[in-house]
Amino acid sequence: MLSFYLYLATAALLLGVGSLGLWRGPELLRRILALNVIGAGIFMLMVSLAYRPVLYGEPADSVLHALVLTGLVVAVSATAFALALLGRLLARPQ
Amino acid sequence: MSILQLCSWLLLALGVVFFLAGSLGLLRFADSFSRLHAVTKADTLGLGLVVIGLSLQSHWREACLMLLIWLVVMGSGAVSCQLLARFSHEQQANPVEPADPGQED
Amino acid sequence: MGLLLFDVVLCALLLTLAGAAMLSRQLVHAVTLFIAFGVMMALAWARLQAPDLALAEAAIGAGLTGALCFTALARYAGDAGYPKPKLWLPLVFVAAVSALLLYSVFQIPAQPTTELSERVAEHLAVSGVSHPVTAVLLNFRAWDTLLELLVLLLALLGARQVPSQLPLHAGWSLSVSWSRLLSPMLLLLSAYLLWRGAAAPGGAFQAGALLASGLVILRLNQQLAWLSWQNFAVRTLVLAGLIAFVMAGLASLLLPGQLVWLSWPVALAGGIILLVETFATLAIALTLALLVVGEPEQEPADA
Repeated sequence: MLSFYLYLATAALLLGVGSLGLWRGPELLRRILALNVIGAGIFMLMVSLAYRPVLYGEPADSVLHALVLTGLVVAVSATAFALALLGRLLARPQ
Repeated sequence: MSILQLCSWLLLALGVVFFLAGSLGLLRFADSFSRLHAVTKADTLGLGLVVIGLSLQSHWREACLMLLIWLVVMGSGAVSCQLLARFSHEQQANPVEPADPGQED
Repeated sequence: MGLLLFDVVLCALLLTLAGAAMLSRQLVHAVTLFIAFGVMMALAWARLQAPDLALAEAAIGAGLTGALCFTALARYAGDAGYPKPKLWLPLVFVAAVSALLLYSVFQIPAQPTTELSERVAEHLAVSGVSHPVTAVLLNFRAWDTLLELLVLLLALLGARQVPSQLPLHAGWSLSVSWSRLLSPMLLLLSAYLLWRGAAAPGGAFQAGALLASGLVILRLNQQLAWLSWQNFAVRTLVLAGLIAFVMAGLASLLLPGQLVWLSWPVALAGGIILLVETFATLAIALTLALLVVGEPEQEPADA
């Protein structure tokens, strides 16, 4: 029970840390990393919610796991696209 | 507590000591060569001790799996140590292109 | 008690790594800390009884994100430094928002509120596989997976519109031979993950991510000259996941008694899921690998 709330709190704090990095920057690459930290916080919130049945001796919620699994792959492809745009942006002045 | 369990816990504790020493070396040593020295030596041995310690408490199939993992980690640790050392050696020889443009102090 | 201690240490480590990555002065430190953060997230998924996520995160966080971020870092080499930004204003605002968020997550009851999980367990017998996560991904919510393959394809097409030259290092012989030694192992492991996905943690996403990291390692070591968008077979395989999915959906609609799009007949479900997953694995692996390494040689002639 206590560890469930611990992971929920970690998820909320990861969201906070990520938003701090997103606001503060200053490099664009760090802002992209910050978006990924925010994403990790949201995934952790969902996985903690999926963990709740385990506290009552049942298997974890597979629907949420499947959603987060899709989210992980989409997040990495979005990051790759953002980094490709960033590479173009940095190559421009020269 | 049987003799086997006692041995296992001793080995685990020794492995943790090696990991701690390696991490401390990674944080405190001055140049990249001594850092590599600290982290690879200590981690290979530390992981080996942890694997042996856990194998004493587990089924032989799990022990075989952990042995395989240890071998792969040792191999990749040795290779990455060589590559990192070569990179920093070449950087020292001709520092044309700094790896990081930030405020190096 | 011991488990709670582990949880406290892991959560503290995650928050410290994320915070240090956001606040570190040098970008190279931020990237390194972020990769360590990804590996620790895999540990957290394993702790929260999500082994599927742990497998995928380990392949993505330790393999692909590292290659992506260091590639981006290499492009920053000629960039001027940035002024040090202010810390206090964002910190105060974000602390206030986080406090509100913390207050609201503590209102969430520990009692599970949905019965979706039970309905999955109820219908698992007719899904064709015995692992609930694979059943949800490839049968009950097959739409998600279909659209996810489409998103991957869109990301690749988008990234192809902005090609930029990557300064590629000639591979050192040690890393080339080590990557050659590792590649059969990665291939074997990803095939195993794909096959095991029917009954145990594993499946198309994990196998695809693992295969993609193997392809990236080999490509960065100057192997696999065929891995390029110019190659017709690669383009076909990138599309193969979507095509196989849609074809399977259409074919199962033609069967008698099937009225719902993307629902498989019970007798054939296992075979259809394995077929779709195989093509999806190849498509995910090639798409992710092309997204990470792109076209290192030269810009295509028609771009």
